Amino acid sequence: MTPAARSNALELASVCKFFGKTEIIRGVDLAIPRGERHAIIGPNGAGKSTLFNLISGRFPVSSGSIRLHGEEVTRLKPFQINRKGLSRSFQITNIFQNLSVFENLRCAVLWSLGYKYSFWHRIDGLANAGRRAEEVLEAIGLGARRNRPAGLLTYAEQRALEIGITIAGGASVILLDEPTSGMSRTETAHTVELVRNVTEGKTLVMVEHDMGVVFGLADRISVLVYGEVLATGTPEEIRANPAVQEAYLGALHKETNDAGGSHA
Amino acid sequence: MNLRYRPLNLARWIVWGATAVVMVVLPLIFTQGFAITLISQMGVAIIFALSYNMLLGQSGMLSFGHAVYSGLGAYIAVHALNMASKGQIWMPVSLLPLVGGLAGAFFGVLFGYVTTKRAGTTFAMITLGIGELVFSCSLMFPDFFGGEGGITTNRVFGQPFLGITFGPAIQVYYLIAAWCLASMALMYAWSYTPLGRIANAVRDNPERAEFVGYDTQKVRWLTLIISAFFAGVAGALGCINFEIVTAENVSAVRSGGVLFAAFIGGVGFFFGPIIGACLFVYFVVALSDHTKAWLLYLGLFFMLIVMFAPGGVASLIMMQLPVIARKRFRELVPHYARTGAAGLLVLAALVLTVEMTYKVSVDSANGTAMTLFGVEFDAAGVLPWAVTIGLWILGGILFDTARRRLSRAWGEIQADLAEGRA
Repeated sequence: MTPAARSNALELASVCKFFGKTEIIRGVDLAIPRGERHAIIGPNGAGKSTLFNLISGRFPVSSGSIRLHGEEVTRLKPFQINRKGLSRSFQITNIFQNLSVFENLRCAVLWSLGYKYSFWHRIDGLANAGRRAEEVLEAIGLGARRNRPAGLLTYAEQRALEIGITIAGGASVILLDEPTSGMSRTETAHTVELVRNVTEGKTLVMVEHDMGVVFGLADRISVLVYGEVLATGTPEEIRANPAVQEAYLGALHKETNDAGGSHA
Repeated sequence: MNLRYRPLNLARWIVWGATAVVMVVLPLIFTQGFAITLISQMGVAIIFALSYNMLLGQSGMLSFGHAVYSGLGAYIAVHALNMASKGQIWMPVSLLPLVGGLAGAFFGVLFGYVTTKRAGTTFAMITLGIGELVFSCSLMFPDFFGGEGGITTNRVFGQPFLGITFGPAIQVYYLIAAWCLASMALMYAWSYTPLGRIANAVRDNPERAEFVGYDTQKVRWLTLIISAFFAGVAGALGCINFEIVTAENVSAVRSGGVLFAAFIGGVGFFFGPIIGACLFVYFVVALSDHTKAWLLYLGLFFMLIVMFAPGGVASLIMMQLPVIARKRFRELVPHYARTGAAGLLVLAALVLTVEMTYKVSVDSANGTAMTLFGVEFDAAGVLPWAVTIGLWILGGILFDTARRRLSRAWGEIQADLAEGRA
């Protein structure tokens, strides 16, 4: 194994995904070094969410391989991949509706602290689980909502909780699927700060439509178009890349500006 | 944080202490044989319904075959009891529920591995299939299941221990009460363990649970095994109580019964199935003594609950708590009294209709004279039917008016409470 491969948190090699006869992901190669904040952008239907579903084990790949910290995880189930240190959020809020905010977070830390399927520990007696859940609760700014059922939170609060559940287990690789979708500008700014803080020192892979967020947060960007990586590079390189300009970025800039205008 | 939990713990101790006291005192107040039979069966049903709610309410698993575990637990228990009374094995009767529990858990391991592969509707269908499978086995293996007659046993054998023979029903009641209290406490404790909490998470959102490291299939399986253990405990206690185990113990009727009990009480709260089990046993045991139409009344009651209080009786109680806390309950009392009284009129009309119809249509060979509410009358006469129709109309009008006024008063109080909070 080359030193470069070892320092990669996530590595995709010729990953393909068919749904029936339709090829959604067409041979994606991607290497994301440890500690990098990486954004995946692309037009709707480019396969960004599908790519996340393949990496996190929600769907099996049709061919190709995925490595997490150099270890093959291609055929593993979601919970097995999660136990190896990869955690993801969802584009459509995916929380435990009837549990309180605190319980949502505590459930998300139990496995990583080794309590597994224990039915011989009293959950309120697990000081480290309670402490970790409280930490995350403060970090995502939902301290005042501690005991409220998660289903009763506002949309923005649920999005914050979504991120909280994702990071609570202490995963080293975090996948965020459109963390700011549907948010106002103020909420987006809050979320960017939140993401920056909670992913400090971790590897972040993010699908995002808001170019302000992408260019503000990402160390490197990959552009996905029709299931293929068109380009990967620093924000400056991507901005300057004529192919990206032509294929996608110009049009999207206009689109997001229009959308932003209607928000204000 | 400790400060926050202390008063809660005190309330918890009071509730559990009161429960224990009630269980000890009940047979001293209601000393008739019938009452002891009733509360003994309630104790067994409470364990069974709570074990069922570990699946339905806590983990979102709708099972149509839970009687498989209580029934097979009961069968293993009855064989163990017979072997013990013959001196083939050593086992005191008081530990028989443990045997039933372990047997239930064993079949939980076996069948659960298959049923819990899937959640939701698929799980429900597979449990139905397993239930039918086991029930049909009961007719195919008469040596184990005892065929039509079932397996009989005798709970009294050997030397009495401290004067306890388990001959008198009251001694059996206290055995059931002790196991019931222990089972309730253990199942309550389970809901406060990592597995119990993750089971709640799996109920709410199985997919997300997979992405925080949990194999949802294993969560369901382990939960089912523990639930089957307590179902087996209930089965063995039933076996001690009745001294007979028949194929009815593993039947779909029994599985449906526990679903009824849990749902009537309310699956959303821990104590819901306890209330439901008591009501259910009351319907089955007490009402079936008085009327042949008890199943009809039970069905109607179940429908009323599902339609108007889908959270069960427990949710109706929990709805009152904020009102009581704000000292507004007193305003509702007259409304409840009026609605309740009008409801009784409607109920009387319903009972008259059902019983008289039964008398004239099914039971007319024995004559049409009958007694209801202490009054003797002729079910084929005009007057009783006229009274019944009058009761329907009067009761209907009164109930509707009272219900509207109750609903208005309730709405006003809720609006005040909501404002006070905001």
